[in-house]
Amino acid sequence: MPVIEVENLTKYYGKTRALDDVDLTVEDGEIFGFIGPNGAGKTTTLRILLGLLRKNAGEVSVLGADPWRDAVALHRRLAYVPGDVNLWPHLTGGEVIDLLARLRGGFDQSRRDELVKRFELDPTRRCSTYSKGNRQKVVLIAALASDVELFILDEPTSGLDPLMEAVFRECVAEFKRAGKTVLLSSHILSEVQALCDRISIIKEGRIVETGTLTELRHLTRTSVSVETGRPVTGLSTLPGVYNLTVDRAHTRFSVDADAINSVMQYLTQFDIRALTSTLPTLEDLFLRHYELQAGAATG
Amino acid sequence: MKTKAYAGTGALIRLILRRDWLLLLMCVVLPALIAVVTAAGFNQLFPTAASLQAFASGVASSPAESAPLGPIYAPTLGGITAWRWSGFNALLVGLGSMLFVIRHTRTEEEAGRLELLDSSVVGRQAVLSASLVVTLGANVVIAALVAGGLIAYGLPVAGSVALGLSVAAVGWTFAAIAGVTAQLTESAGAAKGIAAAILALCYLLFVVGGISAYNGLAWLSPIGLMRLIQPFAGERWWIFALFIGPVIVFTVAAFALSTRRDMGAGVLRPRPGPASASPSLRSPLALAWRLHRSTLLAWAAGFVLYGAVLGGVAKTAANQFTASPQLAQLLAKLGGSAGLSDSFLTFAMSIICEIAVIYAIMAILQMQAEETKARLDPVLATSVSRLRWTTSYVLLAALGTAVVLAAFGMSAGLAYGLSTGNVGYELPRVLAATLAYLPAIWVLAGIAVALYGLIPRFTFLSWGALLGVILIELFGTILKVNQSILNISPFTHVPQVLVGEVSFMPLIWLSVVAFILIVTGLIGFQRRSIG
Repeated sequence: MPVIEVENLTKYYGKTRALDDVDLTVEDGEIFGFIGPNGAGKTTTLRILLGLLRKNAGEVSVLGADPWRDAVALHRRLAYVPGDVNLWPHLTGGEVIDLLARLRGGFDQSRRDELVKRFELDPTRRCSTYSKGNRQKVVLIAALASDVELFILDEPTSGLDPLMEAVFRECVAEFKRAGKTVLLSSHILSEVQALCDRISIIKEGRIVETGTLTELRHLTRTSVSVETGRPVTGLSTLPGVYNLTVDRAHTRFSVDADAINSVMQYLTQFDIRALTSTLPTLEDLFLRHYELQAGAATG
Repeated sequence: MKTKAYAGTGALIRLILRRDWLLLLMCVVLPALIAVVTAAGFNQLFPTAASLQAFASGVASSPAESAPLGPIYAPTLGGITAWRWSGFNALLVGLGSMLFVIRHTRTEEEAGRLELLDSSVVGRQAVLSASLVVTLGANVVIAALVAGGLIAYGLPVAGSVALGLSVAAVGWTFAAIAGVTAQLTESAGAAKGIAAAILALCYLLFVVGGISAYNGLAWLSPIGLMRLIQPFAGERWWIFALFIGPVIVFTVAAFALSTRRDMGAGVLRPRPGPASASPSLRSPLALAWRLHRSTLLAWAAGFVLYGAVLGGVAKTAANQFTASPQLAQLLAKLGGSAGLSDSFLTFAMSIICEIAVIYAIMAILQMQAEETKARLDPVLATSVSRLRWTTSYVLLAALGTAVVLAAFGMSAGLAYGLSTGNVGYELPRVLAATLAYLPAIWVLAGIAVALYGLIPRFTFLSWGALLGVILIELFGTILKVNQSILNISPFTHVPQVLVGEVSFMPLIWLSVVAFILIVTGLIGFQRRSIG
C-alpha cells in the first residue's frame, strides 16, 4: 500500500489555480523527489498533505489516513521540515529542537545529541541570532531525531553549506537503509538525483513528468566540454549529439544519456586532454521536456 | 572618506518619510492636540483666576497628586496646562523618538534589509544619520505645533514657545540615547527594552526628586529639566543649554559605536541560553506561556502601579473635586450619590479596564502573529491539534486578564484602604469591583477570537470594537445618548460595585456571550486553511 496517494488534487487561492489535477504516489520505503521551480506548487501540495490547507477537489491519503480529518494521529507518525523557517526569537535552538520533537510525541535523546554534533549546531544560541542555514538545521534536527515512518521535507537544504548538505544526504541514506519513506521537495536537480528513487516534476501546478531517474533519462542531457590533441571531426553525424561547437582543440556539445558511451568511445581517437561534463539544470530539463512535447505534437 | 560615510543620507531620509509619513503625522499632531484640549478643559473647569488658584493649592497640599507630575509653578491657565501636559507628553515624545530611531536602525538591520542598502551606494553612517535627522526634525515640528496651538488658543507667547521647545528637547535627548542603544544589542527588542528602562529611570528620578529631600535628582533627568524650565512661570531659557551636552555626547557616541562594530552585530554579545528545553516545555500551553509570560508580568506590574497611584489619590482627589462644582457634578452623574472618592475610583476603574482590553486583544492576536510569521506550521505539523493550540492561547489571555485586573484591584484597594485607614473593608470591595469587569473584557477578547477563527483578515475590527466601547463611554457621560446605544457596549452592563450596584445576572450573561464568541472562533479555526 502506498504511503502517500494523491489523485486529481486541485487547489485554488482565490481565483488563481495553484494545483491542477495533481497525481502523486509515494511507495513505502521510497525516497521520492518532488522537484519544480519556485512557485510551482510544491509547498502547497506538502501543506495539503499535512492538513494545514484545505483542498478544493481530489483525493489525498497519507499513511492510510485523511490528513485534514485525522491530522493529530497522523502527525505522530511523520516529521515535517517547512521550507520557510521562522523560529521564536527568544528561545534557544536547543529548546526549539526539544519542544518540536516532544510535541510530535517524544524523541531519542542520544540521537538528538548526535545530530546536533553532526550538523555542528550551537544549541545555546537564541534563534534571533541564527543565520538562515542555522535555523534550517534546528528544524532538520528536530525532524530527523524523531522516530517516525514518513519524513516530509520542503527544500530542507536551502541555506546549508555543502558540508552540511553532505551530512543531510548521509541521514537520508540512513533512513533508506532503515526502510523509512521520505518525500523531498527541491528545486536542485543534482540533490534529487543523488538521493531519490523516483521523482515527479511539477510546473505551474501540474505534474509534467514522473518516473525513476532511468525512466527520465531521456530528459537528462549531459553537457560536455572536451579538449583534444587533434581537432574533433565528424561528431555531428553521431546520434544523440546536440549543440555542437568546435573551436580548434576545444569542443562543446550536449549528449543524450543513452548516447554517452558511444560518443566517448568515438572521442578517444582524438586524444582527450581534459574533459568536464555537467548535469543539466532544472531549466535545461524543462526546455528538454517542452522540446520533446513539441516534437511529439508535430511528428 | 569622512563624507563618504554619510553618502545616501538624503535618499534614506526620503525613504523613511515615504514609509512612515502617516505615522509621523499622527505622532507629531498628537502632543499639540492634547495641549490644546488640556488648556480648553481647564479653562472650562476653572474659568476664574480664583478657581485656578484653589485648584493649584489643592494640588500643592496633596503629594499623591503632585508627585507624578511635579509642582504647579504658576496658578494660571498656562501654568496648570503645562503642569498637566508635560509629564505624559514627555513620556510620549521620549518613547516615540526612541522607538522611531530604533525602528529605522536596529529593526531594519535585524531584518536584514540594511545589508541590502549598505551594499549599495549608501555610507556606513547614512542609516543612523537619516534616522536621527528625521526624528530630530519631527521634534522641531512638534515644538512648533504645540507652541502654535497654545498661542492660537490665547496663551502667552513666551510660555507656549518654551513648553513646545521643552518637549522637543526631551525628544532630542531620547532620540540620541536610542541611537546608542541601537548599537549595543543584536536584537531590536533588547535595544527597545534598554531604551525604555532608561526612560523609566529618568521618570523615576524626576518623581523622586519632586517628593523627597533630594530634589537635586530632578536635574539629572531630562524630564525633570523639562519642568524646571518653568514655562508660563518666568521661563528659565538657560536650562535649554543643559540639554545640548547630553544630545551631542550621545549622538557622537552612537556614530562612534556604529563604526566599531560589524553589520548585524551588537557591541554587547548576546548571552547563551540553555542547550536543551526544561522538562515542562512540552505542550502548546507551555510554549504560549513561555512566549507570553514577560508581557503579562509587565502589564501586571504596570497595573499594580496604576492601582497604587489611583487608590492613593482617590481620597484627596475627591476633596479637590468639591472645589470644582462642575467636576463634582460630573462624578455624581457617573457614580450616583455615593461618596465622591468611590465615584472617582469607579470612574478611574472603567478607564483602567478599557486599557486592560488592549492587553486581552493583544494576547489573543498573538495567535495571528504566530501564524503570519510561519511559526505555526511546524507546531501544527506535530501531534498538536488545532483546538489544543487555540485553547492554550485563549486560556492564557482569559486568565492573564484576570491576573492583570486582580493586580490593579488589590493594589488600588490596599492604597485606598491605607488612606482611609480601613484596609479590611476597602480591599475586598475594590477588588470585587475591578473583577466585575472581567466578563465584559472577555466579550471583547471573544470578538477577537471569533474574527481570528472566521475571517483573520478582519482581526483589526477587534480594535474597532474597543474604540466603540470607549466612544460610547465618552459620549454617554457627556451627551444624552439613547440607552439602546449605550447597551451595545458590554461595559455598560458591568455592575458598579463601589457605588452600591451588586447584581450577578449581567456577569453571567456577559460570560455566556463571551463563551459563544470564543467557541465560534475555535470552530472557525478548525475549518479554515492555515496561513
